[in-house]
Amino acid sequence: MSEETGSEKRALGRHERFRGDYPVVVEGLRNQFGEQVVHEDLDLKVRRREILGVVGGSGTGKSVLMRSIIGLQQPAQGNIEVFGRSITEAEPDENIGIRNRWGVLFQGGALFSTLTVGENVEVPLRQFYPELSPELRREIARYKVILSGLPEEAANKFPSELSGGMRKRAGLARALSLDPELLFLDEPTAGLDPIGADKFDRLTKELQDTLGLTVFLITHDLDTLYAICDRVAVLAEKRVIAVGTIPELLETQHPWIEEYFNGPRGRAAQGTQARSDG
Amino acid sequence: MTGGAEFHLEDSEGGSRLVLSGPYLVSTIGEIDHELREIEGGFASVDLSQVSEIDTVGAWMACTLATRHDAEIVGAGERAQRLLKAVESANSEAEIAAPRLPIHRRVPVEIGKKVFNAGYGIASVIGFLGQIIMGFGSLIRHPGRFRVKALVHQLELVGVNALPIIGLMSFLIGIVIAQQGAVQLQQFGAETLTVNLVGRITLRELGVLMTAIMVAGRSGSAFAAQIGTMKLTEEVDAMRTIGISPIEALVIPRILASTFMMVVLGFYASVVAIIGGAVVGDLMLGIPFWTFLARIQEVVPVYDMWVGLIKAPVFGLIVALAGCYHGMQVSGNSEEVGRRTTMAVVSAIFAVIVIDAFFAVFFTEIGWG
Repeated sequence: MSEETGSEKRALGRHERFRGDYPVVVEGLRNQFGEQVVHEDLDLKVRRREILGVVGGSGTGKSVLMRSIIGLQQPAQGNIEVFGRSITEAEPDENIGIRNRWGVLFQGGALFSTLTVGENVEVPLRQFYPELSPELRREIARYKVILSGLPEEAANKFPSELSGGMRKRAGLARALSLDPELLFLDEPTAGLDPIGADKFDRLTKELQDTLGLTVFLITHDLDTLYAICDRVAVLAEKRVIAVGTIPELLETQHPWIEEYFNGPRGRAAQGTQARSDG
Repeated sequence: MTGGAEFHLEDSEGGSRLVLSGPYLVSTIGEIDHELREIEGGFASVDLSQVSEIDTVGAWMACTLATRHDAEIVGAGERAQRLLKAVESANSEAEIAAPRLPIHRRVPVEIGKKVFNAGYGIASVIGFLGQIIMGFGSLIRHPGRFRVKALVHQLELVGVNALPIIGLMSFLIGIVIAQQGAVQLQQFGAETLTVNLVGRITLRELGVLMTAIMVAGRSGSAFAAQIGTMKLTEEVDAMRTIGISPIEALVIPRILASTFMMVVLGFYASVVAIIGGAVVGDLMLGIPFWTFLARIQEVVPVYDMWVGLIKAPVFGLIVALAGCYHGMQVSGNSEEVGRRTTMAVVSAIFAVIVIDAFFAVFFTEIGWG
């Protein structure tokens, strides 16, 4: 990649895809709730078209980091750039050009409970592109539902009628509704059975390949890390202590990382991965 | 380049081609979607070679055009080909709106549901009452399970916290009754009867009735919303699995608090209303404040106070029952919480007014007129 876009602060054109190296750049982030400091001097860069896994013990602020990047949590200090634009400094309506370039899957799916799955997928389309004809909007909603791996009958069901796994997929369909370039997934496989989790992993990888997505993936699932993540960022001690492929992480010899990947579960996941590769 | 999506037909050797150019993205396609849908057939291929950017929506558009006109897609780049493959396999005719019956069937179905629900509602209210009585029964057998803390907390929420608002409301009502009553009674030269009017109507009727309406709005709605939200978040189920009866833990403290506090609040409201009347008497009618209060003792029979005090716990019970019942009926989604909360308040106020009418006739008949 020859072009250097880190310094270039030009706004993206309406129909232009982001061509820089790092769609998300977090620098010197500090988050605190009252006296409790969650992040201190946290730096992270997400490469274009990679699946970045974010791991860390409970309470290390993985979700808070995601919420900061998508602008739901105003950081106490630091700068966050998404697609080369600062989220922290931008005026709320300036963010519109960024908001339609990302999709977010919240932990519980966060589907609108009074709308059907298909209507849920339509919501962002209505919001950002009111000029689309209702027919096209319906068609888009339908194929997104299927792309997310749901059966077509699911399109007119209400979220309360779906199982947990299907709700996650429906949430993914809504996150993908605007053809985003950047996808945030908050523990997508938590609460799924191993088969469902495996399928979801493969779906994520497949969609990332086909649609050319950059994926920011928070997870506790070691299998997911081994199976689909290009790089893994480890959150501990209020910052990102290491980013890299899993072998690179193991070389750092940080005790938490050692314990995480070489614990019984870590080794089991490693074994599974070795078997499926071989 | 203007930057929008464009298309034109081009003749070439193998029949005409539909050439798409510019970015075919979700953000650009809205402008040409309509025209593309109405395009006449007669082209054998859809040419994507001049498309600068494409996403799944663009691919979907190309794909539907090709299928509809039985044409083939040519000139697709590597990314376009991947997207085309993905959306092709995702073709679906499924309906996305919730199923909806035609109107000539929907109306009878809705009426039928209403009738059925009315019947079911009566049955389940009786069932709920039964559960509560059972709950009381088991609490009497196991007094250790009774939640004193929850009761005290509810007494505070329902009673103590309501004192300022109910006081203000009653004071103003007392003023209005005294002032309006005096204007009418002056026509007969009987303005001293204002004391009778204020004393009797507040102790017998308005003190308790207005308080019941206030408590229904403040606490009945809160009961329904709290319990309803706990149902949605499965807290109620969690209680059951631990062996805590939600009736004992949630419903009974609220019912006791509301029943007891209604008596206190109703009496308090009547007293404050009389004070409001006395203030008007002092300022407008020339009846000194303390004389007004002394006259109350002479002209208001003591059974007027009993009428109010007997009605109050019944109203409190109704308000709490409606709130808790509708809260426990919540299931499904967040809209249901709002709907049930409204129903709790409306049905509580309605039932209170109906029962008040029965009480009015009853007490007059037994000679407490």
